[in-house]
Amino acid sequence: MGRYVARRLLQMIPVFFGTTLLIFLMVYALPGDPVQGLFGDKGGSPQVIAALRHEYGLDQNIFVQYFNYMKGIILHADFGTQIASGRPVTDVLGDAFPVTLRLGGFAFAIEIVIGVSLGVFAGLHAGRAADTAVLLITLLLISVPVFVLGFLLKWIFADELQLLEPNVNDPTNYGQLLMPAIVLATASLAYVSRLTRTSIAENMRADYVRTAIAKGLPRRRVVTVHLMRNSMIPVVTYLGTDIGGLLGGAVITEGIFNIQGIGGTIYQSIIRREGTTLVGLVTILVLVYLVASLLVDLLYAVLDPRIRYA
Amino acid sequence: MRGARSAKWVAIAAVVALSATACGGGSGDGGSDGGNKAAIDPNGTFTVESGEPENPLQPANTMESYGSIVINSLFTGLVDYDSSGKIVYMNAESVDTKDSKTFTVKLKSGWKFHDGTPVTAESYVKAWNWAAAPANKQTNSFWFSDIKGYDQVAPESGAPKAKELSGLKVVDDTTFTIELTKAIPYFVYKLGYQVFSPLPESFYADPKAAGEKPIGNGPYKFVSWDHKKAITVAKNADYKGSNAAKNGGVVFKNYSTPETAYEDLKSGNLDVITQVAPKDLPVYKQDLGDRAVDQAYSAIQSIAPAFYSKQFKDINPKVIQGLSRAIDRDTITKTVLQGTREPATGWVAKGVLGYEPDAAGDVTKYDPAAAKALIKEGGGVPGNAITIQFNADGGHKEWVEAVCNSITNATGVKCSGDSKADFQADLQARKAKEVKSFYRSGWVLDFPMNANFIRDLFGTKSDGNQSGFSNKTLDASIAAADSAPTLDESVKKYQEIEKQLPNYMPSIPLWYYKINAGYSEKVSGVQFGQDGDPILTGVQVKKK
Repeated sequence: MGRYVARRLLQMIPVFFGTTLLIFLMVYALPGDPVQGLFGDKGGSPQVIAALRHEYGLDQNIFVQYFNYMKGIILHADFGTQIASGRPVTDVLGDAFPVTLRLGGFAFAIEIVIGVSLGVFAGLHAGRAADTAVLLITLLLISVPVFVLGFLLKWIFADELQLLEPNVNDPTNYGQLLMPAIVLATASLAYVSRLTRTSIAENMRADYVRTAIAKGLPRRRVVTVHLMRNSMIPVVTYLGTDIGGLLGGAVITEGIFNIQGIGGTIYQSIIRREGTTLVGLVTILVLVYLVASLLVDLLYAVLDPRIRYA
Repeated sequence: MRGARSAKWVAIAAVVALSATACGGGSGDGGSDGGNKAAIDPNGTFTVESGEPENPLQPANTMESYGSIVINSLFTGLVDYDSSGKIVYMNAESVDTKDSKTFTVKLKSGWKFHDGTPVTAESYVKAWNWAAAPANKQTNSFWFSDIKGYDQVAPESGAPKAKELSGLKVVDDTTFTIELTKAIPYFVYKLGYQVFSPLPESFYADPKAAGEKPIGNGPYKFVSWDHKKAITVAKNADYKGSNAAKNGGVVFKNYSTPETAYEDLKSGNLDVITQVAPKDLPVYKQDLGDRAVDQAYSAIQSIAPAFYSKQFKDINPKVIQGLSRAIDRDTITKTVLQGTREPATGWVAKGVLGYEPDAAGDVTKYDPAAAKALIKEGGGVPGNAITIQFNADGGHKEWVEAVCNSITNATGVKCSGDSKADFQADLQARKAKEVKSFYRSGWVLDFPMNANFIRDLFGTKSDGNQSGFSNKTLDASIAAADSAPTLDESVKKYQEIEKQLPNYMPSIPLWYYKINAGYSEKVSGVQFGQDGDPILTGVQVKKK
């Protein structure tokens, strides 16, 4: 087990460098210059442009830039400076991450609780009307685009019923975060419930479940301990990769509900050709993905002791 | 450019686009209370739609409008303008000159920075010297290039030969002189731009920290900057200027899209919006009633031929005149642009000194027959096809297509949009002189005088000239207008130049911008300046 974890951690190193280098090269390949962009149509004094380019190391070879940047991250946890604002990228991330983490966490909770319960419910009633209803609802949720759902919810709950605030003005207020969290969670929620449903429905016919029922165990215990535990493996795999997706993929949701989080920051960094900010963000997202998938793999052993790690 | 901002769901793209043109320009202090009878709370605060400023809040480092609006509330410079483009003295008692080359500035006494230190001649001179030095990397440093000694402080190449501008001299505590390299009759106008703000002594100890917590001398004091959420300023009770705040303070709230800001305005979470999104344009007047703002501001949209390109090298201006007459501006502004623009009749935008209606004569009037004839007379459009380059992230696609259709229908010249992914890519293609045919060009005033719309765009060596347009006769007329002995004569000479522009057609003017905005029931007296920003000090907050 320890060796397995160590090996997985070592595997992260090439993935980490590969992804960051790719992002660096991609931003570099885009036309447009972040320093020129500061001046817009009017152009700036060439001396100031040269001084700024030098300060951010943009006058160097791209690989030298990458090397220096990585050196900064690894040796000093220094993610560089955002060119537009002149603020350290760590500060920018520090502003954006808690907001997205809260939104993503909220969405994740909704996704697990509602998604899994719906799935278990449908799975236990497989083939009956209740099951069909859940399948229909989830199909609908998967097929409606995020922005359509966002505008629909806003229109119904904020404009017409005036129950909720249309936008997030205070990202620490969970009442305001409710609507965007639901929007963010819906598509994944539908997948989670469908995965759970299939898995439960299959395992219902498994020998060990029949044995458990035959032993005379109460239905509750059969479902929660025996059935659920085994059926959760594909769901946990999906949830693991979804954590990163929730954090990074919130661009549209954050835009619709005026949330100043990671999604917007990524968008903004691409538009401004801010290689350093973008790489800093992506680095952290890559780490989240890697850690989440490691946790998922370790969770397998907890869910199914037959799975062992060499 | 505000037009760029309005159509994009993430305003950020536009912030970049904004930096293009939304610099500067002061705002006259209008501020009637709009005939409102509700009781006014002089200490009430209100919220304004904004975004995260691009740069630290240092006056010479702020180009885009999110930063400018905050800087303008915190700093008051020597002069400002009223809504007709006339100079209003603010911190300056007088700015005198005999030859338009050496200016003597006298300051009003008793003005203080927010930290209690007095505003002196030294506060200005030192601030300008600091901002002009390339080592301090201020994005607006080139604004000091008119002052004598700039070539020593910021030489084209090599290390600086001097630390201070030799043209700036402190005479006494309240007097200093500015000497320019050559006469500029309208230099006083430039002084209204925030880059010429004074700075307190404490600024230099740590300019970076000062950019996070600016100390100014303006009608508002800085309170807090909650990054990416809001910037708060409070009324400066000791303010000596004529535009003292009629409210207790302002909160600049960040919005990522104009749509969300509009929703918050309707639900009472926001008091002033600065733009209405295209989606809400058809309904906003109905929604807001007399709280809807629909007003001109000093900015112009045009399309400019790339004179360095194969197609337009040595082109006969008649061809461009013909293309201009093939554009049905009235219909396009009414339909595609939903009345958010006003057809242009010249190159100088409304609201600036020297604006004249119909300056371009017939050239901007739609007439397919004349268009065809002119193009034929001029030898035809090379290749019989043109493209208009624009940035796809700025909401320009629709009108570019409409302009193209209009040209093709009227003259048979093939026309298509040449879309660049975003403003950065568009800008790069312009800087690298890769524009194939036409490009979209926008200009918001820097200072409210016609020279800003002519000299700074069409002079051979001007900063804003990206089309490669160069004409010796025009350069000579511009030089003559710049050396006119008085401001009035300079304005007149520029008016004459504008009348000559149809002979050269440096660009095809399309339309003037308008502000489409609104405010909540909580506030009254909301007016907008020529630069498109709301005049904050005049806003009155109703008692609850």
